[in-house]
Amino acid sequence: MAGSLLPLSLLPEGRQATIREIQSGPGLRQRLAELGLVRGLTVRIIQNDHWGPLIITLGSSRLALGRGMAHKIMIEEAGCTP
Amino acid sequence: MMETAAAAVQTMSDQDIVIALAGNPNAGKTSIFNALTGARQHVGNWPGVTVEKKEGFLFHQGRTLRIVDLPGTYSLGAYAEDERITCNFILQRAADIVINVVDASNLRRNLYFTTQLREMGVKLVVDLNMIDAARANQIHIDIQRLGQLLGAPVVETTATQKEGIKELVVETVGQAEKNSPEPLIIDYGKEIQEEAVKLAGTIIKNPILDNKYPAFWLAIKLLERDQALLEEVKDADSGNILAQLATSSQYLRTVLGDEVEAVIVERRQDFVSGLLAEVVENQNGMDERPTFSDKIDRIVTNKYLGLPVFLLVVWGMFQFTFGLGNPVTAWIEIALEQLGNAAGGLITNPFLSSLVVDALIGGLGSVLVFLPPILLLFLAISFLEDSGYMARGAYVMDRFMRCLGLQGKSFLPLLLGLGCNVPAILATRTLENRFDRLITIMINPLMSCAARLPVYVLFAGALFPACRGLVVFSVYLLGAVLAIVLARLFRRFLSAGESPPFVLELPPYRVPTLKGSLMNMWSKGSSFLRKAGTIIFGAALLIWLLSNLPPGVEYASRGSLVGRLGAIIAPLLAPAGFGTWQAGTALVLGVVAKELVVSTLGVVYGMGEEGLSEVIRLHWTALSAYSFMVMVLVYIPCAATIGAIRRETNSWGWTAFAVLYSLFLGWILAVGIYQVGRLLGLQ
Repeated sequence: MAGSLLPLSLLPEGRQATIREIQSGPGLRQRLAELGLVRGLTVRIIQNDHWGPLIITLGSSRLALGRGMAHKIMIEEAGCTP
Repeated sequence: MMETAAAAVQTMSDQDIVIALAGNPNAGKTSIFNALTGARQHVGNWPGVTVEKKEGFLFHQGRTLRIVDLPGTYSLGAYAEDERITCNFILQRAADIVINVVDASNLRRNLYFTTQLREMGVKLVVDLNMIDAARANQIHIDIQRLGQLLGAPVVETTATQKEGIKELVVETVGQAEKNSPEPLIIDYGKEIQEEAVKLAGTIIKNPILDNKYPAFWLAIKLLERDQALLEEVKDADSGNILAQLATSSQYLRTVLGDEVEAVIVERRQDFVSGLLAEVVENQNGMDERPTFSDKIDRIVTNKYLGLPVFLLVVWGMFQFTFGLGNPVTAWIEIALEQLGNAAGGLITNPFLSSLVVDALIGGLGSVLVFLPPILLLFLAISFLEDSGYMARGAYVMDRFMRCLGLQGKSFLPLLLGLGCNVPAILATRTLENRFDRLITIMINPLMSCAARLPVYVLFAGALFPACRGLVVFSVYLLGAVLAIVLARLFRRFLSAGESPPFVLELPPYRVPTLKGSLMNMWSKGSSFLRKAGTIIFGAALLIWLLSNLPPGVEYASRGSLVGRLGAIIAPLLAPAGFGTWQAGTALVLGVVAKELVVSTLGVVYGMGEEGLSEVIRLHWTALSAYSFMVMVLVYIPCAATIGAIRRETNSWGWTAFAVLYSLFLGWILAVGIYQVGRLLGLQ
């Protein structure tokens, strides 16, 4: 099931992906989970300028996420999984 | 425990009900608060912290309902100051009942918070707010079923239209009478469940913790490694709890093959997913399809357009705050002057007359002149926040401000500082992070406000006639550079060099209601005037006394107390090139208001504004003039700014720090400039 994982920060605008892994300390991981960013969630990139924070969808809301954090969120592009 | 709670909420009768509003940011908590309390509200601070505390009340069937608006948070962890406040307030049972405001179109994340509240065993009413937007998105929610599953009644409202508010009040009051429901139990899986029960068994044996917290809930929180609770348990525990915690954590990590805390959070998320599957008929409305807000964001947060749009908005806000405020301030000044003239005509004794005119009316004036820009600023800020733009501005600026050791939301207060530091420091309320907010407050006085400009104009005009524009600009620039350097320095000392991770929700754009913005403006503005006004008024009074005592001296003359004070500090100023009692007196009075520096120099040199330039050219050199300008830029913020810092940091320690560091820094810089200049042979 493990396709190729890549960091969320590299995903171009408009693409969808599923969160597979959050490679950070438990503190940050918990924080993200509280916001609803958990493994298995599908997000879409609204904006990624490859500099500064990204904007992603989180259900019906929008979240601006620092690039450093986006580096630690490993995703799998949607469509690769059943 | 109820006694401490009652004491915290001031005078209460048995008939009073304390209701806390809790929920995620952007769930519409403020609109609910406004809809419930109308204009009967009060803004203050939570004890010892910078977080704003809003309280209000309403009367319902002969009873007083006291409403406390808790800070908006995503969870009940120890992550941030506002989370702790919310968590403690709820844990102390300071409220009879909690209204959990939930954004009906954003159920997944909002119900995560609700779930946490119910796990704590909190008695609550779930308020599905903005239900109109959810219905428009075809989201249908079975509120009966949701209520059963959560163990709390569910009410639907649209606060901005006042829809459902009456039902919310009736349900809340009815529920408050009932007994607390049992805490919600979530299926964390057999392993975690068993270990938590063991851990809870050790907690029950500790009377302090057992009294304060539901044992099973605390056990789960400890397995989640909630830092603040861990600290507390460390203090209260005789060893058994921590030993059991270590064993359980170790065991669970082996069995689960993952960090326990992550698994707990995920299981809780699973519970919410289960809830949604049961109560929401059509989950398609909750997906992430492009919205109208996304279309606006294509422009507003665009890589290239975002910054110009933001600067335009900020420029507009600057114009609105100061452009519109200054004429009104001028009217207030004229009105007070006429009042002063009238009063002065009635009182014949010159000392008494000066006391009334200069001290009392003048002191009142020094408070009132801040009223127009502050009210306008709060109006503009609440408009930008309610519309949803503020978060975009922070997003756009974050990448630039991060290079400077700050974050996106720091930009606006710093820019406003160029107009006046008082509203600028108040504008830091938009920063949620305590460190960012403190740093932005501390460096704000370095942004040279409009009141300091006349000093630069006078000295640059007198001694740098050829390049005065450049000289004045260089002072402004120096202020900004110092602000950046100090921001980095303070960050290093305050939070070990780490900037907090940037996560910010971008709420959908909404049309702000004028009434909501006006109410926000008034409650914040008046609360500021009450608190900071005392300090400003007091300082004005003190300086009047210093300038006019001993009785019979001419205002601010060599023989007056302030003149003597100026003479005393003059030797200290000598290394900076302006060791005269005149300069000393002007600087002392400048602490009240920077506007006083130029007018005091006029008085002490016995000149009006016209001849002053000549005298300055006679007594000062270009080098001493420049070091004096830098001194005026940096040294001690004016009394009003000190009042604002005290009000906003809620700490005399930080206020003293702001005064002392700026005094020290200003002196060092002025001395450095003068001495280096002399070494280079400059005059």
